[in-house]
Amino acid sequence: MATDPYTEPTNAGTPAPTPVLSLLGASKTFGPVVALADGTIQLVPGEIHALVGENGAGKSTLVKILAGVHQPDGGQFRVSGDDVSFRTPADSKAAGISVIYQEPTLFPDLTVAENIFIGRQPRGRAGLINRGEMRRQARELFARLGVPIDPDRVAEGLSIADQQIIEIAKAISLDAKVLVMDEPTAALSGVEVERLFGVARSLRERGAGILFISHRFEEVFALCDRITVMRDGRYISTHVTADVTVDEIVREMVGRNIDALFPKSEAAIGETVLKVEGLGRAGVFRDIDFEVKAGEIVALSGLVGAGRTEVARAVFGIDRYDQGTVTLDGKALKPHSPQAAIDAGIGFVPEDRRKQGLVMDLSVAKNATLTLRKSLATFGLINGRTERRVAEDWSKRLQVKTGSQDYAVSTLSGGNQQKVVIAKWLATEPRLLIVDEPTRGIDVGTKSEVHRLLSDLAGRGIAILMISSELPEVLGMADRVLVMHEGRITAQIDREAATAERVMHAATASVNLATEGTAS
Amino acid sequence: MTTTTVLSEKTPAHERRNPVAAFVRQREIPVAAALVALVLITFAINPLFLSPQSVKDLLLNATIMIILAVGQALVVITRNVDLSIGSIVGLVAFGTGSLFNIAPGMPIPLVFLIGIVFGGLLGAVNGLLVTLAKVPALVITLGTMYIYRGILSTWAGSKQYFSGDNPKEFGNLSVDTFFGFPIITIMAVVVVVVVAVILGFRRGGRDLYAIGSDPDAAKLFGIPTGRRVMAAFIACGALTGLAGILYASRYNSVGALTGSGLELDVVAAVVVGGVAIFGGSGTVVGAAIGAVLLSTITSSLTATRVDKFWQQAIVGVLILAAIVIDRVVSIRNTRKLRVKEARDV
Repeated sequence: MATDPYTEPTNAGTPAPTPVLSLLGASKTFGPVVALADGTIQLVPGEIHALVGENGAGKSTLVKILAGVHQPDGGQFRVSGDDVSFRTPADSKAAGISVIYQEPTLFPDLTVAENIFIGRQPRGRAGLINRGEMRRQARELFARLGVPIDPDRVAEGLSIADQQIIEIAKAISLDAKVLVMDEPTAALSGVEVERLFGVARSLRERGAGILFISHRFEEVFALCDRITVMRDGRYISTHVTADVTVDEIVREMVGRNIDALFPKSEAAIGETVLKVEGLGRAGVFRDIDFEVKAGEIVALSGLVGAGRTEVARAVFGIDRYDQGTVTLDGKALKPHSPQAAIDAGIGFVPEDRRKQGLVMDLSVAKNATLTLRKSLATFGLINGRTERRVAEDWSKRLQVKTGSQDYAVSTLSGGNQQKVVIAKWLATEPRLLIVDEPTRGIDVGTKSEVHRLLSDLAGRGIAILMISSELPEVLGMADRVLVMHEGRITAQIDREAATAERVMHAATASVNLATEGTAS
Repeated sequence: MTTTTVLSEKTPAHERRNPVAAFVRQREIPVAAALVALVLITFAINPLFLSPQSVKDLLLNATIMIILAVGQALVVITRNVDLSIGSIVGLVAFGTGSLFNIAPGMPIPLVFLIGIVFGGLLGAVNGLLVTLAKVPALVITLGTMYIYRGILSTWAGSKQYFSGDNPKEFGNLSVDTFFGFPIITIMAVVVVVVVAVILGFRRGGRDLYAIGSDPDAAKLFGIPTGRRVMAAFIACGALTGLAGILYASRYNSVGALTGSGLELDVVAAVVVGGVAIFGGSGTVVGAAIGAVLLSTITSSLTATRVDKFWQQAIVGVLILAAIVIDRVVSIRNTRKLRVKEARDV
């Protein structure tokens, strides 16, 4: 890709041109909650600028101020050197700012072309929309982006990647000076990420300022010219990417050292809690044999699609299995019955906590006690006070940060939500806890709290089966690593022998490591 | 043949389009087909069903429903609903009667204007409550339905206005024809065409679909959702006002109970006509066809001497069928797309 004159001064660290967007010391409070204390960001034309920070650092509030969704309580906001104050998202758009949210905001019932041009469709005679022209312009945009999307199809059912491309096409057609992308890659595959980056780079060459928000450091470092760090609602620093390391950025984000990321504590390993023998389900997984002992954390590792979650769901009784047995504390577990699994003492923390782990609109207290509804009830009625007391007790123990037990759980940060899910299961005093991707979408600081929590639980004699796609997490937490590949366990590696290379090998090449793995 | 091969190689499958297939996939087609089938079957059983007088009655009966369905469709497309329309019809119809009672010589166009504005104002009250209170329209308009009806009951008491009390020209409106078509039916068709063009080809009209499709996204996108929803309710009220005037012209008497229960028939017509009850899709043409279908069923059952009791059951089946067809089509489309995307990767 050709170098662009505009990026050069940026790389040199002196933002000489007038910033296309400049937010200085912006603040925003919601009632007593300070969401943003010092929101500061400066974008020069022709740069890709990363904004990083833990969840709750104030990034989303800052983005919503840029988008005109929230109005800042204080601070200075300039676009191309002029003071602005947006009252609505339309004002922001008119000023040349386009925002692509984490979850694309398309209209599922409208066609792709209409989604791009809604509110400013090309018009012909009598002020009526010229659909042919609209379609032609949409096609032209997609040709420029090099993606074959049919402008006439409805947006419903489009992949996230395609939806994001449409959002970008929208931004291009608006001739946006500033493009804000809020975690655009969270749901994308490798190829799609590359395609998105290609588009972002070509926009940079045209002189747009791009603000890129991401949790993935590889991407930040591969794509961005500068990095701004936020913490606790405050601006911390801005660096030229070439001059910093990941470690430095992470340290600024969390305000402490990264060594504390994976606290591991030795736990006394007891007798076998879970025993899975010859478990199989046609076309999904087969010959699954493993044990989890009391106080042990066993990681189930492997690539996405290897069948890890499916095994966990079968063990917990959500899905059926065709062969094999699941034994808990020596007693055979009734297949295909989550209720039997819960009664036997299994807890399941699912991967998608928003959809499967929590009832987002219910209060923290109600969520935390969901599994206890029967035991909390007197004559079939639940006593609200008892409920709150039990929930408070667990929140305290797990250090859930919430203003009140009565707040909807959707108001908590991702990490605290995860704690509520775990609390929900701990309240049942489980023998075995299955956790699927326990720290997905959770920021670095809270991640370590979740890890410490899991480690504590193991210390108290709970057996833990952890599914994780993050190698550092697997290597840091697990006493034993089971690696799956295409529906089979291809390696069992003990903590001492587990290295990133060995796990990755077993996860990708099934044959030669299988024997070595079981031997260790 | 060779050229077609080359073409299909160059353009991905989803870029090719078949106009016939696209036409058949329109949501209005199943309703229209059902209407045609209903008319043909009834005609086969009772040939008098398609006599000029009978066709005229058929159209006259459908006219008020068409106008009401068009107004309701505007609101439903924005993911709202207006249950107060039956009461608005009653208020405007009774108001028309008392207007002629007070000022017998009042010019008819002025009566129309007053009725439409009155309906629009009642619709504006709905719209204001819905957009400001942020309470679902179902609840708000259920409330205004009773309030408007209560006002009408107090106002009308046991009083009724009969068609004989109105000026002759006003009553003739719903009798006179133009080249065999009743004048008020032509009015309804004009209403359908005008609203269809606005919905399909004006930016504001398209905004209504966007709002119904995803209200939060519409807000984020900078669409003035409050104003648009407000406009939809006002338009619905105004059209309902128009229907109320026509009601006074067409029917023998208007009183405290006029129009009650109409709202559910109209919502049924809109849904049967392919307007999704959760907003975002459907057309007023479909809603109008739905209205014609539902009112034709009544006539057709009479013509074939089927017990009237069956009419409601059939309408119920049609509603369920409309919803099931809608779901099946949307599930099938999603599955098709998913398979295609998997192949593309």
